[in-house]
Amino acid sequence: MARTDVQLMLDVKAGDEASFELLLRKYRTPLVNFLYRMVRDTAVAEDLAQEVFLRVYRARQEYAPSAKFTTWMFRIATNLALNSVRDNRHRQMEVSMDQTVDTGEDEQRPYEVPDRAPTVEQVLVARTRSEMILRAVHSLPEKQRAAVLLHKYQEMDYDEIARVLECSESALKSLLFRAYETLRTELAPLVNSARVS
Amino acid sequence: MNGTQGCKKMENKLVEYLDGRARPAERRAMEEHLTACADCRVRADEFRMVWDAMDDVPVLSPSSSFDAALRARIAAEPARVSFWSWLPSPRLAFAVTVLVAMSVWLSSMPHSVAPILAPATQVTADADFGMIKDLPVLENYDVLSKFDALSELPAPASVAQGEVRKETR
Repeated sequence: MARTDVQLMLDVKAGDEASFELLLRKYRTPLVNFLYRMVRDTAVAEDLAQEVFLRVYRARQEYAPSAKFTTWMFRIATNLALNSVRDNRHRQMEVSMDQTVDTGEDEQRPYEVPDRAPTVEQVLVARTRSEMILRAVHSLPEKQRAAVLLHKYQEMDYDEIARVLECSESALKSLLFRAYETLRTELAPLVNSARVS
Repeated sequence: MNGTQGCKKMENKLVEYLDGRARPAERRAMEEHLTACADCRVRADEFRMVWDAMDDVPVLSPSSSFDAALRARIAAEPARVSFWSWLPSPRLAFAVTVLVAMSVWLSSMPHSVAPILAPATQVTADADFGMIKDLPVLENYDVLSKFDALSELPAPASVAQGEVRKETR
């Protein structure tokens, strides 16, 4: 039977380095993606993700399973991301689609390989869409952005997100509604094109 | 529950209705509202479309150096000294305790041995007093016993005659 995250962390606390390795393998991709979507800089996202794991490792002796492991880990990640955004340490990436293509910046980001090879046009369209979505998400106020990312991509429960963001569940639901309402407006071209097709 | 007020009341429940986490009663209430309110119906549809669009954002893979960089950072961490490590070892703690106990015991000793030592001290004082009293006699004896001039005096007559008799034989 697979051990739960809490059990793995308790094993790390007991000195089992292999359990830390398992947690690292399980959460490095979700963490890097969450942080990338928060700060929009791959290097900063990786640096912050490493910092999260480092803090988890550092805190292993004091770890007490009072909440879900993911709540604790994403709380660390969210605080680091918010600090990073507020300190304006990350590069502001106001890159247009053309610039993105010209600089070949996306070559640094190894995307998951799709099932069948898309045409160049399809790649460009997909890139434009994702760029637009990421920009819209990034334009949200920081707390709304974190709430949307945890809700949409991490599929966390409301009480878990509320704990991460240190707010009440009703405040979180209001936060999410306002965030999606903004995204609906910002992404109207995408939504309308989807409606037409 | 229709109109602006009704919409306002329902909007915070829309997200949990759409993601399927609403309770059955809330779900039914929302469905009734959406059936009656065209604006909210459009909004709900567009929320779904936004979510579908968000699924298209590609997943970023961590770089190949991610794990190695993390391990290097962990290895560079200074060794942490825990609070408990400041406590002495059991052996040292025992030795210190014994030392402290002995010093406490020794510090209490003068009160208990004083009556035993007192007579001896008194005897010594009496002897000293006697010695001081007889000091002139002792001094005279000491001077006489070491007086070299006495050994240079001529031997008594009987002793000298005996020696002459030996020589004539």
